[in-house]
Amino acid sequence: MSNAKSATDATFADVVLNSEKPVIVDFWAEWCGPCRKLGPILDEMSVEYSDKVEVVKVDVDANPAIAAKYGITSIPAVYMFQGGEVKETVIGARPKQYFEKEFADFLK
Amino acid sequence: MSTEVTPASEIRDVIIVGSGPAGYTAAIYTARADLKPLMIAGSVTAGGELMNTTEVENFPGFPDGIMGPDLMENLGQQAEKFGTEVMYDDVTSVELEGAIKTVTLADGQEFKARAVIISTGSAYRELGVEGEKRLVGHGVSSCATCDGFFFKGQNIAVIGGGDSAMEEAIFLTKFADSVTVVHRRDSLRASKIMAERALNHPKITFIWNSEVVGIDGDSKVTGARLNNLVTGEQSELAVTGIFVAIGNDPRVDLVKGVLDLTAAGTIAVEGRTSKTNIKGVFAAGDVVDPTYRQAITAAGSGCVAALDVEHYLADQNS
Repeated sequence: MSNAKSATDATFADVVLNSEKPVIVDFWAEWCGPCRKLGPILDEMSVEYSDKVEVVKVDVDANPAIAAKYGITSIPAVYMFQGGEVKETVIGARPKQYFEKEFADFLK
Repeated sequence: MSTEVTPASEIRDVIIVGSGPAGYTAAIYTARADLKPLMIAGSVTAGGELMNTTEVENFPGFPDGIMGPDLMENLGQQAEKFGTEVMYDDVTSVELEGAIKTVTLADGQEFKARAVIISTGSAYRELGVEGEKRLVGHGVSSCATCDGFFFKGQNIAVIGGGDSAMEEAIFLTKFADSVTVVHRRDSLRASKIMAERALNHPKITFIWNSEVVGIDGDSKVTGARLNNLVTGEQSELAVTGIFVAIGNDPRVDLVKGVLDLTAAGTIAVEGRTSKTNIKGVFAAGDVVDPTYRQAITAAGSGCVAALDVEHYLADQNS
């Protein structure tokens, strides 16, 4: 189960930057092995913390402009946005507990 | 595939921690011995190092090569077919002393078994130079297959001289304009076939006898500072991407202070066996191997551990 949404270069501002809730953005691509492992973990968090945060996935292959705008050169890259700004970043696939700790302020 | 799930409270025969070639081979063998292994595969590390590789050409039995992730998928299917129970979770602690061992997961679940196989593999080694940590994700990378895409038409560097470094360098030529390999020695440690492919590649150049002493860049990588180990000369290599492939370190965090380690940092095992200094605890794969570290040697080592576990449990019951 997942409450995660997808965003594109065109919808990123709407879905992420203008979101009322903090947003966990997962920059991923099909050809990235660790990204595929991380996907289900963030899906799980999108359900568990649905009242606190949004989880949004951005396929960097299809949406290179957004990835370039944030200077992303490694995926998976997970960025925490609040009020249109980047608050935290995690590079690389990590266990769920790692995100819960890094993003603790936003999940409470 | 439905694997019969053993209740968590039950004492199992064997738990396998880690799911690379060693772990899966141990799982196949112990499953076929009807030991109903439980494998804790890792939430994001499942499949191990081969998950981030491309074509594996030296694993026997695949004359046309096989993609690393496909090989691991196959091993997983083979292990599950014979009854291995696989959990995609992380082990946070182990209690290895005594006849019954306890393995605790990140969510607090505990599992008990008479024998444990540690096959946690190895983790990518950092350069440990100034700028590296800060620029991870902004030009510094350890996964060419993940990140090569971001360096289309750019000039990048690969640090290292082994097979992994050559594989990364060759793979990255698909994207980059130029790939400069920086290596500490004056010749490559890589296998002849990989070395020649890289040495003859029109997009790959080499800087020998040199180490990286710093990575420059404000918000993204702009270059690497090099030190020539022979002449002592310092130079700057202008690149926008730096892929680090200088080797791996055994992942022994779980067992540090509990299991004896070697000077190389690997888990110490008795002779050619997989036996650690604690009875009923076995180790296999890269975590015991400072020397060979191949998919096939890890698989062989996993087989050894499985057979050692079988004998150990048989002796316990006799």
